[in-house]
Amino acid sequence: MKLLEEKIFKALMLISAFVIIAVVGYILFTIVSKGIGSLTWDMISKGPGGGFYLGKEGGVLNAIVGSFYLVIGAVIIALFLSIPVTMYINFYLTKTSFFAKTVRFSFDILFGIPSIVYGAFGFAVMIYFGLKASLFGGIVVVGMLITPIIMRSLDEVARFIPRDLIEAPLSLGATKYEMIKILLRQLMPGITTAVLLAIGRGIGDAATVLFTAGYTDNIPTSLSHPTATLPLAIFFQLGSPIEEVQNRAYASALILTIIILILSLSARYFSRKLSKNKV
Amino acid sequence: MIRFRLFKDKTARLSMLGITILSLGFLLLIGIGLFYMSLPILREKETWKLLTSSNWKPFKGEFGFLPYIISTLHVTFIAIIIALPFSLLTSIYLTEYATEKIRNFFAPIIDLLSGIPPVIYGVWGTLTIVPFISEEIAPHFVEFSSGYSVLAGGIVLSVMITPLLISIFCEVFGSIPKEMREASLSLGATKWQTVKQIILRKSMPGIIAAIALAVSRAFGETIAVLMVCGNIPIIPSSIFDACYPLPALIANNYGEMLSIPSYESALMMAAFLLFIIIVIFNAGSRLILNRIERRYHV
Repeated sequence: MKLLEEKIFKALMLISAFVIIAVVGYILFTIVSKGIGSLTWDMISKGPGGGFYLGKEGGVLNAIVGSFYLVIGAVIIALFLSIPVTMYINFYLTKTSFFAKTVRFSFDILFGIPSIVYGAFGFAVMIYFGLKASLFGGIVVVGMLITPIIMRSLDEVARFIPRDLIEAPLSLGATKYEMIKILLRQLMPGITTAVLLAIGRGIGDAATVLFTAGYTDNIPTSLSHPTATLPLAIFFQLGSPIEEVQNRAYASALILTIIILILSLSARYFSRKLSKNKV
Repeated sequence: MIRFRLFKDKTARLSMLGITILSLGFLLLIGIGLFYMSLPILREKETWKLLTSSNWKPFKGEFGFLPYIISTLHVTFIAIIIALPFSLLTSIYLTEYATEKIRNFFAPIIDLLSGIPPVIYGVWGTLTIVPFISEEIAPHFVEFSSGYSVLAGGIVLSVMITPLLISIFCEVFGSIPKEMREASLSLGATKWQTVKQIILRKSMPGIIAAIALAVSRAFGETIAVLMVCGNIPIIPSSIFDACYPLPALIANNYGEMLSIPSYESALMMAAFLLFIIIVIFNAGSRLILNRIERRYHV
């Protein structure tokens, strides 16, 4: 009897694991098979031409470049915030410090706040200061979204840095600041993984940039210009009644998926490298 | 020279402390900001009425959030019901049964699933789930469904929260000491009996915390749900009806009709509602998860 139960549940587990793999495969298959037909060189090398939204020529270069500008700016902001925070709570405070726990806890919560709330809040603040939807606004809001992501994965690595590595520079007379500079080198693969994950999250998020970054057919040349982003390009093109334009939405979705695949795989590569470095 | 080094050290420490405090205040800032911006409508109308009325006519100044709240709850509930068994069974398999090789094979798949952007899930949902519901499932139950429905939203969401559930479940199961498993096995229990009576029972708080996190993730998901839910502000009467969750309401309307009095404030209140619910859920489950981690790791 109990052996039968064992068998049934083992089968159920295998089935559910298989279903999850199948769903991932199905999603990728759908996106690839729908998008590959309209994925031309023009799609990634040209901005929208005249009549693009009626199915005429052009591509989504504006959105690709816009997304990258946006996410690079956001990563810089996020690193500028999250590195000092992680260093402070890990190397200046003790493990049991209440302050450190509070900071970790509040970042855990920030991590859970949905992007639409960041987007709505960010836009409300922008209205308050009389700012229009712009690359700058998008960068700041996406930066807020990914700061907790980077901070949490950095913290995860920093927490397990071996004591010897902390004590060696200190015993040689280095100040804590100098020690941190050394530790940062050790943390480099961790930072890279965190950044890659955050880029993936930032580049694919639509709800944050919906109000704050606007949309335009041009590649932005200044921080105060609005900018197009890939997720919104997909979203808007999909809403069009014209089939040509819808097909381009699928092609754009394929482009975004490929970018995410590359980011996800390289993040895995770096985190594996990290575990090799572990002492 | 030494003085300069100490000065640098001090400056660095103070600025790090400053940035830390600043980011700590950020959470409060969002909360207070959203509350402040939803004050106009809270002053104008009774809060209870806003939450329980289903009249949403911004042009007449009527703001009833009930359809949106119900829609959000429905969609989330379906997502959890679908995702829970799959992710629970898979995580048990991965932590208790699978070999190192299988685990290594699975990790990038879970990574990818959690990395796929919402908008891609939305595209996938509109291409596959929506027509499948309107052509295959709905005709058996109701006369007509466009496919853009509560069910579609629930299915798409369930796929999106699965990686989150699996990664937390695996962590929770992994935190249970090996000795407990061995004690049970040595008494002649089968693996599944051990799982059922030791692992699942011991990790109940962790499982609940994981579900709470998944619920709050599902509450806040915007673009993917918006693309497959139909966005009609009614209280859905079946899972084949269209619905209109709170985040979709904000995404579709904010930024456009700011000329109508109280409209902006009403949308801000929607954001504030989401914020509060999600903060509470997150805080609760993080407290549980932190305690689990502390119990077994220190």
